[in-house]
Formats: sequence, structure tokens, C-alpha cells
Amino acid sequence: MNGIADFFIIVFILLGAFLSLVAAYGVIRLPDVYTRNHAASKAATLGVMSVLLGSLIFFYVKDGYFNSRVLLGIVFIFMTSPVAGHLISRAAYNSGVKLWGQSVQDDLKSAPHMKKTASKDH
Amino acid sequence: MAFQILLNMFLGFMWMFLTVTYEPVAFLKGYLFGLLIIFVFRRFFESRFYLLRVIAVINLLFIFIRELILSNIAVLKVLLRPKIEVRPGIFAYTTVLKEDWQITVLSSLITLTPGTLVIDVSPDNKVLYVHAMDIEDAKESIKSIKDTFEKAILEVSR
Repeated sequence: MNGIADFFIIVFILLGAFLSLVAAYGVIRLPDVYTRNHAASKAATLGVMSVLLGSLIFFYVKDGYFNSRVLLGIVFIFMTSPVAGHLISRAAYNSGVKLWGQSVQDDLKSAPHMKKTASKDH
Repeated sequence: MAFQILLNMFLGFMWMFLTVTYEPVAFLKGYLFGLLIIFVFRRFFESRFYLLRVIAVINLLFIFIRELILSNIAVLKVLLRPKIEVRPGIFAYTTVLKEDWQITVLSSLITLTPGTLVIDVSPDNKVLYVHAMDIEDAKESIKSIKDTFEKAILEVSR
């Protein structure tokens, strides 16, 4: 029983650390704000969540102590990080950050409610 | 739905008072009997039997977790390739959902889907502007995925 728990703890924490590393790597490597936001808002979420899950299982198996605050932290991160990603990219778009040069399509530029702010720039 | 749950709690307490045992087990027993009673009298309520809605919410939660894991695998695939070959873009997606909470849930589901991120919602709540990491292959498959999301969300609010 303890061996199985140890295995899961190790897997969760290493996976979380790896995903956070990949998120950081993606922020350095990707070309513009929006694609960087993809990496940061997805990989970092699952990374932090699995590190927290690993520590929750660790303290439950080792001390028999079920820390509900860690569980609430997991739920909180899961709820807030997609919204944070959305808000950052929306603020970037509204303040006029350009998409990457090789972007294919931009429907938002011709959207009806964006017309006013777009014409102000020219 | 809230009214049915409240009524079920009330029936649970009623069972505790009828049997004069004030323990969690007695409450649970009364709650289960109350569930049976509400199921029998389901045609007198305006909304449908609330357990179906609870199942729909749990189904939505599992969809969330599955999409989070799949999107992480997709991001990993893009990032760990030696040369980054993405064709990003923003496309408009017309939604059939009406209420605010439905659109919030849908947009956070889309944000957690592989390769998509919601940038803006139009003021009349009809169009979502979605940034896709790879617009070519994303567009077709994402349309079908979102049909399942919208169906799952509608199932909760039905």
C-alpha cells in the first residue's frame, strides 16, 4: 500500500515540476503574447495542480493528516487560471498588441464592436 | 432544482424527528427515502428530477479534467518539437448559449481545450472570439468538440 502511494507521490510531483518547466520554456520560445499565453495558462495550471495533489497525498500517507486547504487550493487554481489567461490576452488585444507576422486570420479586427477603437488608431 | 434539494433535506430532518434518532445515519436514511418520494412525485415539479442534473454537473467536471490533460499533451507536442510550426489566428465562434454563467463555463472550457484561448466575447453574448494555436487542423475538430461542450452545458440547464 505504501509503495503504491510513494509511486503516485513521486509521479505527481515530478510531472508537475516537468510541466512547469515546459511552461517556462514555452514562454521563452513562442513568438507572440497570445501563443505564449497558451503555454502559460495551460501547462502551468496542470503543473501546479499535480504538485499540490502530490503533497496532499504525501501528508495524508505519512502523517495521516488530510489538509483540506490544499484541496481548496487545487479547486481555486483550476477555476481562476483560465479566466486569468483570458483577461491577459483580452487586455493585450485591446491595448493594440499585434499578432505574430505569420498569423493566418484575424476575425476580431473586423468585429462590429471593435470598429470604433480600430479606426481611432489610423 | 434548489427547491427540490431543500425539500429533500426537509424530508431527511422529518425522518430524524419521526424516529427520534438524531444521528447522521438517520438523516442519510431519511434523505434516501425523501429521494424516493421526490422521484415518485416528480411530475408535480416544474423542473425535472434533480438527480439527473447532478449527474450532468459531474459529467461536465470530468470533461473539464479530460480537456485539461489533453491540452497539456498538445502544448507539449508543439513546444518540444525542434522547430516551432504553428499557424495562429483568431476565429469567430457563434454560440447558442444565452445566460451569463453558461458562457463563462463555455469560455473557460474552450480556454482549457487543446490549442484554443478565448480573447473576447461580443457585447450581445452571441459570438466568442477564439485564438487558435494552429488554425488549420484546429477549426474542424474544435467545432465538433465544442458541440459536445455546448450539449453538456445545455444538459445541465435543461
